[in-house]
Amino acid sequence: MRRAYFKFSWIAAVLLAPQLMIIFVFFYWPSAQALYWAFTLEQPWGGGNTWVGFENFANVLSDPYYWGSVRVSVIYAVATTILAMGMALILALFADRQLAGYRAYRIGLIWPYAVAAPAVGLSFQFVFNPGAGIFSYLNTLSPGVWDPSVYPWQAIASIVIAGAWKQVAYSFIFFLAALQAIPRSLSEAAVMDGARPLRRMIDLQLPLLTPTFFFLLVINITDSFTDSFGIVDTLTGGGPFRSTDLMVYKIYTDGFQSLDYSGAAAQSIILMLLVMALTFVQFRYIERRVHYT
Amino acid sequence: MIERTPFLNIATHVILLSGLVIIIIPIWLAFVAATLTLQEVNSAPIELWPGNQLWANLVEAWTISDFGTKFLNTLIVATSVVVGKITLACITAFALVFFNFRGRMLIFWMIFITLMLPLEVRIVPTYAVAANALSPFQTILEVTGINWLINAVSGIEVALEWNLLNSYTGLILPLVATATGTFLYRQFFLTIPDELVEAARMDGAGPLRFLWDVLIPLSKTNIAALATIMFVYAWNQYLWPLLVITDRANYGMVVVQLSDLVPDQLTTGGGTPTWHLAMAATLVVMLPPIAVVIFMQRWFVRGLINTDK
Repeated sequence: MRRAYFKFSWIAAVLLAPQLMIIFVFFYWPSAQALYWAFTLEQPWGGGNTWVGFENFANVLSDPYYWGSVRVSVIYAVATTILAMGMALILALFADRQLAGYRAYRIGLIWPYAVAAPAVGLSFQFVFNPGAGIFSYLNTLSPGVWDPSVYPWQAIASIVIAGAWKQVAYSFIFFLAALQAIPRSLSEAAVMDGARPLRRMIDLQLPLLTPTFFFLLVINITDSFTDSFGIVDTLTGGGPFRSTDLMVYKIYTDGFQSLDYSGAAAQSIILMLLVMALTFVQFRYIERRVHYT
Repeated sequence: MIERTPFLNIATHVILLSGLVIIIIPIWLAFVAATLTLQEVNSAPIELWPGNQLWANLVEAWTISDFGTKFLNTLIVATSVVVGKITLACITAFALVFFNFRGRMLIFWMIFITLMLPLEVRIVPTYAVAANALSPFQTILEVTGINWLINAVSGIEVALEWNLLNSYTGLILPLVATATGTFLYRQFFLTIPDELVEAARMDGAGPLRFLWDVLIPLSKTNIAALATIMFVYAWNQYLWPLLVITDRANYGMVVVQLSDLVPDQLTTGGGTPTWHLAMAATLVVMLPPIAVVIFMQRWFVRGLINTDK
């Protein structure tokens, strides 16, 4: 560590105070509040909260709607991650060959990262609209066959495609950066051994991408749990029949529309534990990667 | 290294072009919709080639959504969040790296853990705090009995209140804390050689002068990289402004405005859905961050890769 220090003085305290104050008020306090709400129940006629132990969790976990929400969240997480990472990996491997037009391809695959989730949701609502979008072709062939506001599986497919579309750019940027970090001498050695470009992709580049691959896997899954609100809110609104009621969206509707603070808090705690577990896995892996390089 | 791989090169172009086409299709359809009239946009089969109503639709979408005020608001909030995040990241990391005191690691970990508490999972209680940002302190005063003590001694009832709803402060403050930015700065400060600190001290520079005259000029790259990703992040905020701002006429943000443009029964009252306006507005709203990413590409990619690993 560093040897040349300044002595601790009021300056350091003043520099640290703003950030610590903000994380106390907006991160730690609300999280503690969520814990408090999760284990208590507000009395219907006022008079504060009473301790109810794990009752709120028991209610949440015995609610079939909650399990429906978990189910669709998992489907969404797995499907968007596979679609986005698969597409990003293939595109990055070929873009990395740096043929003519490389810069144009790269910019063309990066910019979707900047599009706000609700804008993605709204654009795809138009694309999937049964009356005006491109899928209305299906309805001219056989009326009523396509309508995401009626058929749950079509609604789920819509949010998955919109979510994957939004995620491709992020994975692409990381895959491409990782590919470009592969030392040129390795590729040249492989060429000397007579490996053609496709052979090098499979036997050289893919194995060297493993750390990036796992990193992106965790990030994509975490993002799909937390970052999906804007897409669901503008694309399906959680419907039809709660079929796209992702966990984050359910916390929002239970908390702000049903005003069930205790139920929403219990769900928040469960989701928080999930995010923590994923983050933990991610940092365990990063610790490992330090040894790789 | 020269290889002749004509077939593979053609295949590469085909694959990359189809990737581009897949990415561009939804936005192209949105763009085409934004150039059509109400009748055209709702007639099947849909148009695949733009019409001539783009400007008229943009103007109409701009007026009905009152985008003038909202763009200004979004710009104010996004800029403040960017400046706030970079300042906080820089001064926090500076205090953690260049000062010697107990509890450095503790504070570092406290900031680190906020990574695991994204806004979406603590949204309900965070909203409750925004209704009165001083409520944590009020509760502490009450639980510890200090409030009772003050009341007994001076007869004053302490009631702290600071409502953040419907204000710029409420939009900005909860978003400026930044674990990733603090790490990025910490990593950078750790690479500063000890000799530089010693030389500065020898020349009689105090910590603040060292920060301002030596470190900040050195960290320009960091600032540019952080600024691009933070701008995109702040511009695209949706859930938080949706909750905190009920007075949309004065404090509305453009991205939130999109939720009002979803052409369903609520907005059209059973009339023909106004897709052409919704898509025109969507295009306008998504344009500024895209422009930032394209024009600041180098900084953007660097910022993204450095903060997230």
